[in-house]
Amino acid sequence: MMSVKNWPLWEIFVRSKNGLEHRHCGSLHAADADMALENARDVYTRRNEGVSIWVVESKHITASNPENNGELFEPAQDKVYRHPTFYDLPDEVKHM
Amino acid sequence: MSEDQIKSLEKEFEARIARDEKIEPKDWMPEKYRETHIRQMSQHAHSEIVGMLPEGNWITRAPSLRRKVALLAKVQDEAGHGLYLYSATETLGASREELYDQLHTGKAKYSSIFNYPTLTWADMGAIGWLVDGAAIINQVPLCNTSYGPYARAMIRVCKEESFHQRQGFEIMLKLANGTEEQKEMAQDALNRWWWPSLMMLGPTDDKSVHTAQSMKWKLKRKTNDELRQQFIDQTVPQADLIGLTIPDPALKWNEERGSYDFGEIDWDEFWQVVKGHGPMNKERMKARVGAWERGEWVRDAAMAYAEKAQNRKEKQAV
Repeated sequence: MMSVKNWPLWEIFVRSKNGLEHRHCGSLHAADADMALENARDVYTRRNEGVSIWVVESKHITASNPENNGELFEPAQDKVYRHPTFYDLPDEVKHM
Repeated sequence: MSEDQIKSLEKEFEARIARDEKIEPKDWMPEKYRETHIRQMSQHAHSEIVGMLPEGNWITRAPSLRRKVALLAKVQDEAGHGLYLYSATETLGASREELYDQLHTGKAKYSSIFNYPTLTWADMGAIGWLVDGAAIINQVPLCNTSYGPYARAMIRVCKEESFHQRQGFEIMLKLANGTEEQKEMAQDALNRWWWPSLMMLGPTDDKSVHTAQSMKWKLKRKTNDELRQQFIDQTVPQADLIGLTIPDPALKWNEERGSYDFGEIDWDEFWQVVKGHGPMNKERMKARVGAWERGEWVRDAAMAYAEKAQNRKEKQAV
């Protein structure tokens, strides 16, 4: 017999040490957020890989569609003046 | 989409892989790529999960606390590896329930090596040394495979796997240096696990149906025969070192090839086990399905509790 209701999917983010950002490391199933945290500890930090864990139910994540990458990221493509190398400076200016 | 459009998308897709670009879950991919990956990755996950059974059998009978904590940690890692791989497979749109269902109904395969029994403590040594050794040889090239989530899961798995092989080899080393009976036990385990470990690397190249396509997608970077030769060349000196004998009278160093020649593999046995007639196929499925069924009320209770707690929270908020 199938279970009444399947455990939802959670995305797991782990901060490996203070000073670094949380990084996505995978997903797992759990009945609620507390269980997701405990399962994440057992699945993703068995060797001290983390000092902090975030769990987010997967259905709450909105992802961009790679098929639209052209339009989505187009605005950044013709703005070379956002990069320091765009500006001409005399060689005498050593550090800037 | 017209057939021409698909053709051109496929061409661009193959070109991306040839350029060593990674494919990520939401990228367009040929249906066959998706299906092949779901099949291979889920079989890999199933193997990790079923792989816990032969070793779990010995946790309570480990000869010392040191051996027991190590074996327990190893089996827990296998569970973890199974979960990384299921999680990666789910990014391709297969649900966990579907994947479990395929395992439990026998529709999906798992590595045939786990259909052999673990008769003595020395089998824990032989499995770690040989089975995990062969698995590492298989898995290291997959760290560079084209599908991003699979490659990332494999990097984690490979990092953890080397402890598994070392703990197995240490068990063998200790037994091989022990009493006459302990040495016999180690040799007996090697005798029983050697050939199945060679089979584990898959059918010979001329019989392997998926190799060409898998090479193109970097699901495979070396052929089965190449991997097998690598495994043999690396393992024979290790056996020599601890004074055990590889059970193959035809095994001989070939100066010209710089490799070991070895005897005929009994492929009939391999196909029998793959088809479900190995010594432990029924037992493994019974244990796995039984655990899943006996856990059902726990899963349901956890879900009911979560819903109740959520309702209470919402009521308080009103």
